[in-house]
Amino acid sequence: MKTPIYFDNHATTPTDPRVVDAMLPYFTTKFGNAASRNHSFGWEAEKAVDDARKKIADLIGATPKEIVFTSGATESDNLAIKGVAEMYAEKGNHIITAATEHKAVLDTCKKLEKHGYRVTYLPLKADGLVDLDMLRESITDKTILITLMYANNEIGVIQPVAEIGKLAHEKGILFHTDGVQAVGKVPVNVIKDNIDLMSISAHKIYGPKGVGALYVRRKSPRVQITAQMDGGGHERGMRSGTLNVPGIVGLGEACAICNREMAEEGKRLGYLRDKLKNRLETELDEVFINGSMEHRLPNNLNISFAYVEGESLLMGINDVAVSSGSACTSATLEPSYVLKALGVGDDLAHTSIRFGLGRFNTEEEVDYVANRVIEVVRKLRELSPLYEMAKEGVDLSKVQWAAE
Amino acid sequence: MAYSDKVLDHYNHPRNVGSLDKNDPNVGTGMVGAPECGDVMKLQVKVDEATGVIAEAKFKTFGCGSAIASSSLATEWLKGKTVDEALAIKNTDIVNELSLPPVKIHCSVLAEDAIKAAISDYKKKQDQKKPVEARA
Repeated sequence: MKTPIYFDNHATTPTDPRVVDAMLPYFTTKFGNAASRNHSFGWEAEKAVDDARKKIADLIGATPKEIVFTSGATESDNLAIKGVAEMYAEKGNHIITAATEHKAVLDTCKKLEKHGYRVTYLPLKADGLVDLDMLRESITDKTILITLMYANNEIGVIQPVAEIGKLAHEKGILFHTDGVQAVGKVPVNVIKDNIDLMSISAHKIYGPKGVGALYVRRKSPRVQITAQMDGGGHERGMRSGTLNVPGIVGLGEACAICNREMAEEGKRLGYLRDKLKNRLETELDEVFINGSMEHRLPNNLNISFAYVEGESLLMGINDVAVSSGSACTSATLEPSYVLKALGVGDDLAHTSIRFGLGRFNTEEEVDYVANRVIEVVRKLRELSPLYEMAKEGVDLSKVQWAAE
Repeated sequence: MAYSDKVLDHYNHPRNVGSLDKNDPNVGTGMVGAPECGDVMKLQVKVDEATGVIAEAKFKTFGCGSAIASSSLATEWLKGKTVDEALAIKNTDIVNELSLPPVKIHCSVLAEDAIKAAISDYKKKQDQKKPVEARA
């Protein structure tokens, strides 16, 4: 077992060696531009791209023509939201999203607000799920898009996507979902789930960084989007720019592997995640899981250790890579806005840790990490004036703090 | 963000962790910060009645590595100082000693506040004692 151990697979994943092998020829021998129509270098590259399109489409229940390649999910989110907003501007100017979306969605919405669009940021229930009645009530006759992520990157909670899509279609509204954390981890099907647009990221599913895709539905309804990258008209005019052939080959291979191995992998990671959770819950007191355990990615655990600040915990488990919702770990000194939106108090947000297990993690690593976390939490609780007060029976919510 | 060796040292081997008896008339207790901010420091000093020198100092901190290091360092510096010398400790001294980056300067400010709060609590207790002694 090597250290440091990587348990931060929601941030990024190592590229699967099989994916790297598939990509390599496209750097030095099969290096053609997929848009070169007149020679074998181009045809070869084009074929590789077509194969990748098919593999991605197969993973999500789409057809190859519905896959648009981008530089990553941030670009896909931008393209979907701005693309729909501009294309359907005459139909309406209202977009519905949630307060817990990824910044790529939130910031894009904020940008559109500056250009006269109205955006509703729905709060979520305490378990992290969207309230379908609240969603229904926020729809107006000017609503043109609902964008809600399939699975959340911080708390791993999975939304009732099929129902959201059904509601959107009933009202003639397009439904985009940021599928980054869900695709390749749980069975996503754009038809069954009533999805019109979906963002995909390669580096979250053991593919390379710098490439992603946007699923754009062609039938019932046929979705159109205004391109955000203008140029040679690539990707049916939806996204200009020479295709990143090696990256695309990598994304395709990553999807094919997920398609084959997802069911088994999900079971294995669920078992490991539950083992970690059980160790922490039985051997420590005052630990709280953030978000619904029932509707959750099998590999995610977001857990708060009361009275122990997140950054100091990360410092203590310095041979384990995870992340925290604590303000001290963010560049802006703000605690996690996702946890805040769930109604998790700032004090518990500062004590939260996110574990994201992945394909290359082992049971041995889980045992080791559990040991380390338990050891460090206990040590830090010895240092914590809050734990001391709580054990003395003080109700911390009633204390008058002399905050600086 | 890499931590300085001194911060790591204080984190891994914190000095003077613990609690003094807050009911002891010669103990001053300062509690600063708030859980919602992610930083709470409890700093206590025990002053020798005869000499006015801080004989013991203890701390407990809820906060990041830099906050823990700042308060641990504070207890180290406090021992052996008089009450007035303790009040002269500046957060910038802590920043320099621990090589704190700009984003962590507020941890040193909180530590300075904790020192002042502990001394202030001690002084209040001394003031409360006086009338009784005068009557005796």
